Amino acid sequence: MTASGIGAPVRRKEDQRFITGKGRYVDDFNRPGQAHAYFLRSPHAHATIRSIDAAAARAMPGVLGVFTGEDLAADKVGNLICGWMIHSKDGSPMKAGPHPALAQGKVRYVGDHVAVVVAESLAKARDAAEAITVEYDLLPAVVETAKAQGAATAVHEVAPDNVVFNWHLGDKGAVDSAFARAKHVTTLDLVNNRLVPNPIEPRAAIGEYDEAEEQFTLYTTSQNPHVARLVLSAFIGIAPENKLRVVAPDVGGGFGSKIFIYAEETVCVWAAKKVGRPVKWTSDRTEAFLADAHGRDHVTHAEMALDENGRILGLRVHTVANLGAYLSTFASSVPTYLYAPLLSGQYNIPAIYCEVDGVYTNTAPVDAYRGAGRPEATFVIERLVEVAARQTGQDPARFRRRNYIKSFPHQTPVIMNYDVGDYGASLDKALEAADYKHFPKRRRESARRGKLRGIGFSSYIEACGIAPSQAVGALGAGVGLWESAEVRVNPTGSIEVLTGSHSHGQGHETTFAQLVADRLGVPIESVNIVHGDTDKVQFGMGTYGSRSGAVGMSAIAKALDKVIAKGRKVAAYALEAGEGDIEFKDGRFSVAGTDRSLAFGEVALQAYIAHKFTGAELEPGLKEGAFYDPTNFTFPAGMHICELEVDPDTGHVTIERFTAVDDFGTIINPMIVEGQVHGGIAQGVGQALFEGAVYDAEGQLVTASFMDYRMPRAADLPSFEVGMTVTPCPSNPLGIKGCGEAGAIAAPAAVMNALTDALGHENIAMPATPLAVWRAAQRARQPQPIAAE
Amino acid sequence: MSSVSLTVNGKAVTAEIEPRTLLVQFLREHLRLTGTHVGCDTSQCGACVVHLDGEAVKACTVLAVQADGRQVTTIEGLAAGGDLHPMQAAFREHHGLQCGYCTPGMIMTAVDLVRRKGHALDETTIRHELEGNLCRCTGYHNIVKAIAAGATAMGQAPARQAAE
Repeated sequence: MTASGIGAPVRRKEDQRFITGKGRYVDDFNRPGQAHAYFLRSPHAHATIRSIDAAAARAMPGVLGVFTGEDLAADKVGNLICGWMIHSKDGSPMKAGPHPALAQGKVRYVGDHVAVVVAESLAKARDAAEAITVEYDLLPAVVETAKAQGAATAVHEVAPDNVVFNWHLGDKGAVDSAFARAKHVTTLDLVNNRLVPNPIEPRAAIGEYDEAEEQFTLYTTSQNPHVARLVLSAFIGIAPENKLRVVAPDVGGGFGSKIFIYAEETVCVWAAKKVGRPVKWTSDRTEAFLADAHGRDHVTHAEMALDENGRILGLRVHTVANLGAYLSTFASSVPTYLYAPLLSGQYNIPAIYCEVDGVYTNTAPVDAYRGAGRPEATFVIERLVEVAARQTGQDPARFRRRNYIKSFPHQTPVIMNYDVGDYGASLDKALEAADYKHFPKRRRESARRGKLRGIGFSSYIEACGIAPSQAVGALGAGVGLWESAEVRVNPTGSIEVLTGSHSHGQGHETTFAQLVADRLGVPIESVNIVHGDTDKVQFGMGTYGSRSGAVGMSAIAKALDKVIAKGRKVAAYALEAGEGDIEFKDGRFSVAGTDRSLAFGEVALQAYIAHKFTGAELEPGLKEGAFYDPTNFTFPAGMHICELEVDPDTGHVTIERFTAVDDFGTIINPMIVEGQVHGGIAQGVGQALFEGAVYDAEGQLVTASFMDYRMPRAADLPSFEVGMTVTPCPSNPLGIKGCGEAGAIAAPAAVMNALTDALGHENIAMPATPLAVWRAAQRARQPQPIAAE
Repeated sequence: MSSVSLTVNGKAVTAEIEPRTLLVQFLREHLRLTGTHVGCDTSQCGACVVHLDGEAVKACTVLAVQADGRQVTTIEGLAAGGDLHPMQAAFREHHGLQCGYCTPGMIMTAVDLVRRKGHALDETTIRHELEGNLCRCTGYHNIVKAIAAGATAMGQAPARQAAE
């Protein structure tokens, strides 16, 4: 390992601009002649629009245009799309209701887009929006996840019973027979609470139209600018791809919420041509709460069958997944193929059957949020395992170990073929780091102070990289999920790497450069990572699903191999040797067995001056590209252990220690990987103890600001104990599995297992706020039958 | 319109502005100092923290006219010359940032924290004092480490502090 190569905790190259205030986020851009957009949003969860009168608004000073759904329709602007087809059990395709960027005839959630005002200033646009008169005929709102199916009112005509799909996976017969043989059955009813992603940078967009070139440009807070361009071009029909440039510069966090193609950027880029001026929109936090895609929101009934030796025989799961008022870009994949195939967890479970009913409600669209389906699956399996161990009187760690998958590859009954892992190793290391041995002593000590102490485990697994394009295509994906890279070596030996991945906090400018420095033996300072601009990078699928290391860097590695191969040819001419005699090591091409060699930079120069070979012999230049399509999902896995203390008098929960041992395969930069784990844990703890989006019975979002929606703060969390085990991933050239989502996937179950351990019963749901914990603690003082048992 | 005259990062600035202009709007839109960020509309997130006469304030909760005649320091003015302020250096050294959006507010808050509480800051104090700053990326773990280290470093570099 060199100071800047693979495995080194290199300090981040991008930090210089961020710590000095020189970052360039979308809202920091201002285009010449720029106007401002303000969206008039529906104050009602469900209503028919009888009329919109914008005459007064149009006449106000500084107003450049007021547009509604009719204007979009007149311009043949297509609807927003959902890019993953799910088929119901009966073979019928999912019921995708129309999703116009501005409402056409109906509004379906509070925050739905009714009209846009474009004006000289944001204040003028806002003032004018207040002068728009909209007549609504109110309709009953469908709000609750569990009650949406068959509600009296339909959110979309295409789905009269509000069911988007009734989907299933697994072998029902095998599961029924496993349950018939069971010695013990553990049953749980679980709610996976609705979350708001809340990256600290709100979404923003600037649309621009160059009349001379007939060229659109969109600056947008995107995790995948090429996918945005593809959708805006091929489906929404803004412009052909060659006439639409999408730029996603520095992006202030995404967590999934910036994958999707939303109404606002669609309208901004379209309106730029309408008004002949650049059009800028920046979300405020309230709008972010109302209209960013939310996450999770499952209601689940789950059962686990055990034999007399405490081995898991089968798993039966029924989930209702709230998809909100419209199908967001990847909404349908999250509670289906990103969920049920993970229900096997780290365990050898012979039979699994899962049914998922996706439902419409009059709430914000629900789509991928950090972990996306996998946290929901982990919560189900890890709560079940913990409770099953408790009910059968077994130590939860030992119960898990007995049921762990121990030989690989392992084919689960739900699609996945786990390639490699060592779950026992992660467990051992985590138990040691968490000092599990002495937990009973700490519990007694807490009890002496009148406090309840609990410990909880979470053996999570995730499927990342997502995934071989053929495989996801067979599962309904509308796109391939490979990644691209181009390595441009300059004549002086400095290097630009163009990647289709997108960094919005992950540190790609550093880790990707580490790979290049490692492979080419060049200083990390001479490597620039270029991303986030469709005019620079030819194509790419972007960053989500912990895929940038496993897939994005594999593409770079493949391109680097080609650069070295070409360099070898150039060096052979320059050193007057046979190509087969050229070795490349530590940044030098040398003739084997001699002291004749050239540095990488010298070979680059030779490639460009082309004095030592003819054009017939070799093409000049040194630039190579690659597309890398993964051959399998990757399977990061690990063990997280939470230890907490409850004050039964106040309901206050203190997380005393949080231990994470993860197997991410090869680690490029441990400092950055640990940072990803920390952030994920914080979001997972947030889900367990604090966060929850709440709609009232009329569909009003009552948690629409940081005043009401409880984000985790520094004083809520301890410092984390983070450790690693390594089994390199066999399915990509670097052995990387991915690390971005682990914490958010593992932590909720670990926290809730610890909390229920402390309370002595299972009757508490997420978020376990102080009030909920206090009530549960009072219940614990007066024991009563537990519904789950 | 109102006239304001203030000093921003050591430079005298005079402008005619609408009276309702917030200090953060004035900094971002009039002076194009875009290092100060807006992350919410309820003064919760702290991405907009700057120093007003040396004390941390949320620039989304101060009118520009309230800064008339006063000294404002933003993240762009924190470093003395070409060198990083010790707190900036500590955030980089300890990986106290990921997406960078909350970072300017975190650093400005941290520098103010050291001014108020000194150079030997324990974890509990730092975590409590960050109650007005939200970060969604780091889980705060490395921010806490960075602030402790930055506080110590500030004590070892008195000349830097004077520049601030």
